[in-house]
Amino acid sequence: MTVAANLPEPTGSTPPHELERGDTVAPTPHGPASPLKVLSRGASTIWSNKKARIGVVLLLLFVLMAVFAPLIAPYGASENGFGRNQGPSGSHWFGTTAAGEDVFSQVVFGARISVLVGFIAGFLSTLIAVVVGLSWGYIRGPLADVINFVVNLVLVIPGLPLMIVIAAYLQNGGMTMIIFVVVLTGWAYGARVLRSQTQSIRGRDFITAAQFSGDGAARIVFREILPNMTSLITGSFFGAATSAILAESGLSFLGIGDTTTVSWGSMLFWASNSNALLTGQWVLLFAPGLCIALLATSLTLINFGVDGLSNPRLREGSGR
Amino acid sequence: MWYLLRKLGLLLLTAWAAITLNFLLPRLMPGTPADAAIAKLAQNGPVDPATRAAIEAQLGVPTGDAWSQYVQYLGNVFRLDFGVSYTFFPQNVSTLIMNALPWTLVMVGLVTIVAFIVGTLLGVLAAWKRGTWLDTLPTLGGTFTSAFPYFWTALLLVFFLGYQLKWFPTSGAYGRDSTPNLSLAFISDAIGHAWLPALTILITSLGGWILGMRNNMINTLGDDYVTFAEANGLRSRTVAVKYAARNAILPNLTGFGLALGGVVGGSLLVEQVFNYPGVGYLLFNAVTNQDFPLMQALFLMITISVLMANFFVDILYGLLDPRTRR
Repeated sequence: MTVAANLPEPTGSTPPHELERGDTVAPTPHGPASPLKVLSRGASTIWSNKKARIGVVLLLLFVLMAVFAPLIAPYGASENGFGRNQGPSGSHWFGTTAAGEDVFSQVVFGARISVLVGFIAGFLSTLIAVVVGLSWGYIRGPLADVINFVVNLVLVIPGLPLMIVIAAYLQNGGMTMIIFVVVLTGWAYGARVLRSQTQSIRGRDFITAAQFSGDGAARIVFREILPNMTSLITGSFFGAATSAILAESGLSFLGIGDTTTVSWGSMLFWASNSNALLTGQWVLLFAPGLCIALLATSLTLINFGVDGLSNPRLREGSGR
Repeated sequence: MWYLLRKLGLLLLTAWAAITLNFLLPRLMPGTPADAAIAKLAQNGPVDPATRAAIEAQLGVPTGDAWSQYVQYLGNVFRLDFGVSYTFFPQNVSTLIMNALPWTLVMVGLVTIVAFIVGTLLGVLAAWKRGTWLDTLPTLGGTFTSAFPYFWTALLLVFFLGYQLKWFPTSGAYGRDSTPNLSLAFISDAIGHAWLPALTILITSLGGWILGMRNNMINTLGDDYVTFAEANGLRSRTVAVKYAARNAILPNLTGFGLALGGVVGGSLLVEQVFNYPGVGYLLFNAVTNQDFPLMQALFLMITISVLMANFFVDILYGLLDPRTRR
């Protein structure tokens, strides 16, 4: 159990690609580095990982699909004047639904919900995780024990049942409700990861130096410690976004939330409701789920590259 | 011993917090369960005051102060008295849960253990053979399948293995014309029905174990004591299993405890697709019918069982790694 393995990239002068296996990465973070420099080096490390590169390209495709949905989709998402339950054809690439909607257009528009929920919920959970995790790691005493208890409680309570129960109370809250429950149940894991990292940075010399020069706790936490955790924070963003996307699709599939919004989850809800299994509408079953899986995979793939940022042993080409 | 007592204390404290949360949840939300039930009845026509009073009495519209409500609620929880379900009126909530529980526990429990063992072994192999196809195949495959939504995997299996190939029954936990008993015929019928839900959970949860174990293993493989063991000329398999994997499995064990929560949640989606009569299916029915007593009791039960599972994993962790007992 080395501590060094989980430490962030040194903000020193060694370019990441020169680190070989077995090199002990002695982290010598010295306060705030130029955020632009950290970002660009981080991006190049991620890009150097083949899996992460595939992930970035895949994610970009989905983002473009979401942004330009009205230009890409041949019809509107809930335009329903077409023949029912048609198979794939020239005018309807993926066929039509039981309500006479164009499946391809729905798949394209569905990207909007998933991408949006992923980014918003991922961002909000990470924000809470950063604030809670860093403060929790820095302070000592009874308050830290209380936070510890709350985080463990949120971690252990099974997320999806809790979401479903809350969603049942907040009838028809739509997308806001879904984002709310996803964030509520999704921040704890990141908070725990960030807390242990904060604890290990807290004891280092440059923090002691800052304390002696009279910096306040908030300044030390957010100006001195935070910049050294970019890779972990990025990692928890992608992790949180992935689970948010899967959670949203699960809730929509159960018909909780707004079933009139066209999302990949609600498409599957209607498909299974209208017995697409029996009518042999396999594209209707296959396409939305595959999109969810590919979008989630793209985020996981990017996270492989992010893992390499904080842990050189996990970088590609650093085999035994 | 001290370690055990501390963990037990923490378990009780967390259970109390979960019970309290369950008490607070309906009270924090707009409207009361009775309002929702009455609103639902009102769709079919006007609700006469007597019915309204009966529903309110049954669903416990707040009477008395909050504290006495809370004490009464705690008492009910201890007596496992969760009231009467109104979807399956006049059945007891406790009876309904007791009937659903074995299906989930046996099916989900067994699959989770199998997935954990198989995934961990594959992860060890992937890390040990890093860079070869034995690494690439499970790692990439695992990355992809762990992103599969539970319900989508379930739908695909129903479609291809159920409807197209007709290999497995597609819904329920046993044949339509049989009643649950402990005969060999019934058990084999039940196993036949469990295949598709079990495969779904296996496919979607395997990847997480592979990836997690591979990461841990790569970390321990870089540690000095592993290099030392290798330099001493120990057989590479001995090093992999006795030195690296033994230590790498510890974080995965905590993950196992946490994952149970995910599997219970995920099994809800799976059970819904297969109409599998477990707790997840029951919870889904409770939610769609706004059966608040049943819903609350189920949520509490799922939470408490995940807490218990985590407790046992913690104890096991303490046995395997003396450092955590400090």
